Amino acid sequence: MKLSLGPIQYFWPEATVQAFYEAATDWPVDIVYLGETVCAKRRNLRLRDWLNIAERLQAAGKEVVLSTLALVEAESELSTVRRIAANGRFKIEANDASALACAAGHPFVAGTTLNAYNPGTLQELAALGAVRWVPPVELGRDSLNQILPQAPQGLETELLAFGRMPLAFSARCFTARAVDRGKDDCLLACLEYPQGLRVRTREEEAFLNINGIQIQSAKPINLLPALPEILALGIGVVRISPEIEGTPEVIQAFHGRLHDRLSAADAQELIQSRFPETCSGYWDSAAGMRP
Amino acid sequence: MSTARMELVCPAGGLPALRAAVDHGADAVYLSLRGATNARNFPGLNFDRKNIAQAVSYAHTGGAKVYMTLNMYPQPDRFEPCLEVIETAATQGLDALIVADLGLLRYAAAHFPGLPLHLSVQGSATTYAALNFYRERFGIRRAVLPRVLSLAQVAKVIDKTEVDIEVFGFGSLCVMVEGRCLLSSYATGESPNTQGACSPAHAVRWEETPKGREARLNGVLIDRFDPGEHAGYPVICKGRYLLGEEGQQIRYAIEEPTSLNTLDILPELLRIGVKAIKVEGRQRSPAYVAQVTQVMRAALDACHANPEHFKPRPEWMATLAAVGEGRSQTLGALHRSWQ
Repeated sequence: MKLSLGPIQYFWPEATVQAFYEAATDWPVDIVYLGETVCAKRRNLRLRDWLNIAERLQAAGKEVVLSTLALVEAESELSTVRRIAANGRFKIEANDASALACAAGHPFVAGTTLNAYNPGTLQELAALGAVRWVPPVELGRDSLNQILPQAPQGLETELLAFGRMPLAFSARCFTARAVDRGKDDCLLACLEYPQGLRVRTREEEAFLNINGIQIQSAKPINLLPALPEILALGIGVVRISPEIEGTPEVIQAFHGRLHDRLSAADAQELIQSRFPETCSGYWDSAAGMRP
Repeated sequence: MSTARMELVCPAGGLPALRAAVDHGADAVYLSLRGATNARNFPGLNFDRKNIAQAVSYAHTGGAKVYMTLNMYPQPDRFEPCLEVIETAATQGLDALIVADLGLLRYAAAHFPGLPLHLSVQGSATTYAALNFYRERFGIRRAVLPRVLSLAQVAKVIDKTEVDIEVFGFGSLCVMVEGRCLLSSYATGESPNTQGACSPAHAVRWEETPKGREARLNGVLIDRFDPGEHAGYPVICKGRYLLGEEGQQIRYAIEEPTSLNTLDILPELLRIGVKAIKVEGRQRSPAYVAQVTQVMRAALDACHANPEHFKPRPEWMATLAAVGEGRSQTLGALHRSWQ
């Protein structure tokens, strides 16, 4: 089984992003997804910057995939998707149908927001050139158990195994709203929230996490305890979604388990030392926030 | 007088609502077969295979088209029933099938090429490139746009696609990109994508407490209302919460309880080439459908007759305000500042 590092969902300063991927060259991950998937206004790295990072990671032996926006609205955003798709060197992760149209005919990764819920859709994606797919986070063990035996041959499955679950996208920027700004004059408010902005219920229950136009789960999903089941399902890649702190420990924990270098208890403790609150998402529960 | 017209597409959660829509001037109605194959899968709603013929006959006699929605994303155990819905739509004289799922689009296009396909709003297509992809691949004729684009963006989409564009004109406001919102299942286990339901009624609990009237969704406190305060149906995107790790200020962190109302911009929608205006609400009563259809019919007729001088009448706005959810109305994302 391979380990992947998903795209950074948050907006971090360029130096932070560069340092993160500089460190990642030494991390035991097989695949790295690069690029902005949430908001087109987050432009402190341009495509050439991402390609430079991609080349360094590739030189370090990683497979690199360029991710695209989940919500494409303006013509400028569509142009960005097209330029990414035409990079000529790296596969893309298509996260909406605009990117799917660009990717068709070339090998690509079908991102989680392409909404593949059944083998019929997977066959369609494979016919378009998909070599890997990331299931919607709503699909847990039982659903995948039904779908995967009928998935097209050669289509690899990649499961989000650690990180805050992306739950919704909007035209509205919730971070800008939280600081009483409009989207058009957000002053890049997301820079102030490198791990998003927690939303609690009025009973202080950790509920959601605001990240620009995206809403995430408040708690990261942690499927480390489910790794044996994930392996048994034939899932080929588990994804770790970057967080500003604690990502190396998460990778160490997953890598340690996959290669029998850490006991289940030690690996779990390593994650809990950085992320005291995690959840199992939809893995064994229809309601993603309920254990 | 301009020749361009926008079709008025109204919801029919059952035969009485369908009759109300047709009788009050809908150009088309949209409906579903009962069961989890559509995004308004609520108990007591929708049609079965027996009364669908009756529905089609009534609408067609009244000069209205009938579109069938099949807009959830079926998992393997629901896939076969969805194929049966496609066959029903093709054989029962439905005027179009509204679909989101790629696997179902493929099946419909391959097996029933004569059945017109509309891309559901749940298909999350927000660019002309996406729409043209669906048109080339599956031959879709129309698409319902997610409620995320500004008016200028809708115009640009229309400029560059042959796909007819339908937009939501009135009703509940989805704040999120449709087809990309899992908030409901996160709390309740059921979402539009998986079960065709948002905030399913069985998960809703109202409780009178010393602190106020509480609305819970599978136990999660969505909002708490003071005595006399208007308490809307609890959906996660319109609840009040605490922001930040420590903050104690209670806010509508996502959106306020509000409805979409586009009467003010009907002439602009016509001018940019929108082909159909959709009224949300298959879960609403026949009386609601009658009232809203009547107002929208009058408004569209006035707009078609004289778009340059169109102005929504106060009585139309009053009627729509009275039946809308929440106490306010908005253009939503169509108006850039909302975003």
